[in-house]
Amino acid sequence: MKAICLYLQIHQPLRLRNYRFFEMGQAHNYYDDYQNQYLINRIAERSYLPMNQLILDLIKKHGKNFNISLSISGVALSQFEWYAPDVLRSFQKLAKTGQVEFLAETDGHTLASLTNIEEFKKQVKLHSDKIESLFGKRPTTFRNTELIYSDAIGQVVHSMGYNIMLTEGARPILGWKSPNYMYCNAKEPKLKVLLRNYQLSDDISFRFSNQSWQGWPLTSEKYVKWILDMGNKEEVVNLFMDYETFGEHQAQETGIFEFFKALPTEVLKRTPYTFATPSTIAQKLKPIAPVYVPYPISWADEERDISAWLGNELQNEAFEKLYELSDKVAACKDPEIQKDWMFLQASDHFYYMCTKWRGSADVHKYFSHYPSPYEAFINYMNILSDFIIRLNQNSLNNNQPNSTQKIMEKEPKKATPEKVTPAKKVAPAKKAAPAKKAAPAKKAAPAKEAAPAKKAPAKKAPAKKAPAKKATPAKKAVPAKKVAPAKKAVPAKKVAPAKKATPAKKATPAKKAMPAKKVAPAKKATVKKAAVKK
Amino acid sequence: MKVLMFGWEFPPHITGGLGTACYGLAKGLLKQGVEVVFVVPKAYGDEDNNVAHIVNASDMEIDLRNKIYQRYWNNLTYIEIGSKLVPYMGFNDYLRLEKKLQVEGENIEDGFYKRKFSFSGKYQSNLMEEVHQYALTAAMIATQYDYDIIHAHDWLCYEAGIAAKAASGKPLVIHVHATEFDRSGENVNQVVYDIERRGMQAADKVMTVSNLTRQIVIERYGVDPAKVFTVYNAVEPITIKKKVEFKKHFPEKVVTFLGRITFQKGPEYFVEAANQVLQQDENVRFVMAGSGDLLYKTVRRVAELGMGSKFHFTGFLKGVDVDRMFLMSDVYVMPSISEPFGISPLEAMRAGVPVVISNQSGASEILKNALKVDFWDVDAMANAIYGLLHYPTLHKHLSVKGVEEVDSLKWENAALSNLKIYHKALSK
Repeated sequence: MKAICLYLQIHQPLRLRNYRFFEMGQAHNYYDDYQNQYLINRIAERSYLPMNQLILDLIKKHGKNFNISLSISGVALSQFEWYAPDVLRSFQKLAKTGQVEFLAETDGHTLASLTNIEEFKKQVKLHSDKIESLFGKRPTTFRNTELIYSDAIGQVVHSMGYNIMLTEGARPILGWKSPNYMYCNAKEPKLKVLLRNYQLSDDISFRFSNQSWQGWPLTSEKYVKWILDMGNKEEVVNLFMDYETFGEHQAQETGIFEFFKALPTEVLKRTPYTFATPSTIAQKLKPIAPVYVPYPISWADEERDISAWLGNELQNEAFEKLYELSDKVAACKDPEIQKDWMFLQASDHFYYMCTKWRGSADVHKYFSHYPSPYEAFINYMNILSDFIIRLNQNSLNNNQPNSTQKIMEKEPKKATPEKVTPAKKVAPAKKAAPAKKAAPAKKAAPAKEAAPAKKAPAKKAPAKKAPAKKATPAKKAVPAKKVAPAKKAVPAKKVAPAKKATPAKKATPAKKAMPAKKVAPAKKATVKKAAVKK
Repeated sequence: MKVLMFGWEFPPHITGGLGTACYGLAKGLLKQGVEVVFVVPKAYGDEDNNVAHIVNASDMEIDLRNKIYQRYWNNLTYIEIGSKLVPYMGFNDYLRLEKKLQVEGENIEDGFYKRKFSFSGKYQSNLMEEVHQYALTAAMIATQYDYDIIHAHDWLCYEAGIAAKAASGKPLVIHVHATEFDRSGENVNQVVYDIERRGMQAADKVMTVSNLTRQIVIERYGVDPAKVFTVYNAVEPITIKKKVEFKKHFPEKVVTFLGRITFQKGPEYFVEAANQVLQQDENVRFVMAGSGDLLYKTVRRVAELGMGSKFHFTGFLKGVDVDRMFLMSDVYVMPSISEPFGISPLEAMRAGVPVVISNQSGASEILKNALKVDFWDVDAMANAIYGLLHYPTLHKHLSVKGVEEVDSLKWENAALSNLKIYHKALSK
């Protein structure tokens, strides 16, 4: 069997708003709802909807020979539910064809696998539950956030019942070996491993529209020739990239859709390859060798290690402060806290704090909505400080009954927060603090708050022109030399798993009630800024 | 190559960023093998007897007789011309100075910044006389020395540059450190503007200290973009670690504003940001070091906000006091509304003090390890200050990286870019 394994990653960060220090202890809405909604809708229009339609057409046209796999982070799923339900439906439509495999990952697009295995497992299960309920099938293939992988992580993944995992074909790991075969985990041979062919993947995701690249303009004929040029021994070509490559990172005008549309025809006509999903490939191909990955690798930056998220002291500090809270959060039943805990773990927040000025700097900049990594750090720490205040208050009060609970205020956030929870997990929690919350929260409080918040951003919209940020960089470019991932290594403590959480009762609010008056002025400033900047 | 340079202050008489820049640039050029004839109008009331005494703190081991620099200085010719012109002087400032001289005499440097006077425009002719007198002298000097190119710093020297060019036929490069729009906002003095415009038009090449300024030169003065080049300032590395003994006698952290208290510097935004921070955290002290025409207004506002016990005014600082100020600072803020470049944050960073600077400053175009906010965005400014005070990892990171970054900005490099512009002017 010769297969092309085409996997596209769908993720959109839940961007944090400008959260000022004087809001700590008062305002607990952390997200830039306007910006998030705006970007989701924009990308839906440019990428998700047209590309899903194209995939559907290709499946109809090529039948069994065209299969594709997608992984959608829980963070992206939540935002689709809040802001773009039609996108979700179009993915469900793809699922019905039976030729699209949905992969498992962490629900919050987190780095938990690097520090807290219990938390990691919990998130993976949560995500698989969601995928199963939305798309009708429980995933059997796993891909970690940003394709982060190590021997140890692979072992854990296998222990959770997944039999194949995707990761980067990082040169430091492979050396002279080819990524175009099936490998297996070095410690757990039953876990199969597919390695990304970064050359061919980046030709599309990163270089497609680069006019100074010698391969430009890239046509399906040319691309197929490159595939054939690899020789006839190769078994599987792993093309892993951001889904948003199609229509967002590479705009429609570049011809990316035409290219993608023509590719399967060309491949099926001229080569022995067919398009298959990881689970199919796992059944057919045997590993030719174990791949040794003692230290975590990923598909990001030239280094292909974890330095994009945990490469400087700011990132490490924020990361440690966050995971120090694991036990306390585990003991906390407040669904709002649980929800924020998940969102605050997203790898994106750490990515924005990266201070690499050379090499991958432009890529980081493209994806970041902060003026600099320092603003990203300050903003995140402000929010984390507030989160800690809430958490502490919650554990102080946890022997009181929970009714008034999180009613609370703010959350002008999603217009439709309630919808959010397709996933079973959240549901029960919500139940607990029922009725009462819905009513007052919805009506009263949010109403007034939402208004100003909403209004302000509206102005800023056009001016700001937010770039695409999000997701994982396609830009990995030429791998280049160096850097054995080794040194980067994750700090020691990572290993320690989380201990058990003591269950605690509910929390109580009391404190919550305060208004978000601060928000208004802050907003004003932002608006002005947008104007000036432009 | 030999340059005839017209400046308006030179060591040891440095009252701020401009003198520092002229000095650094001249020194950088000397290191590049260029000979410099430096002409300055000697500030009134400032006699020779102090020459060896160093004035401004931060940069300042500027004893020309220092052995280390001797070999460079051998290529420097230094000429002073009697005049009342002093740096940073807009037209109104000059009027104040004039008046004050009549009233009190000496010691302009302090008095000039501290007092307010009101005037009619009747001294206008005097200022023009000064400028023209300087230009006449310049023309004379221009015929007495041998050099390849003329370089004039800021508006008071433009006429001199033009005169020298006319007298000698040598190409003229003018160096724009600030424009009338930076000094006066939109209330531009037409006379000054005209001089600036004439200088820019007459020049063969125009150098600006930032793209921000370059843009102003192009848009507001109608200068051909093809002859305007940005050359960023730098800062002298600290070669001899001056031991300034200083101990802070209180536990609070210190946030500092250091500069003239004038419209251009945005002192009011610093005050409002201080107010926000103090409401959240009482363990901070804010210091405003400097003087200027908005001083009283600023003092009143601080009192009105009830911050008197946490917000301090030091008056104009110089010499070792500036070093002490940096030593006791935890955060340095430059909230300028319009700052062509702004060397002071570089000096703070060099001293290991993290900085918050406005996006409306030329320095923000090159500094990476600085927090940047819009001057009017008080929330963001307060937030940045708070972040530096409360997140030690960030403070340390910026402190360390800031020193590294500033050490890599060298006057030699600026001088090299400058030299290229000379060559362009000469080849034309």
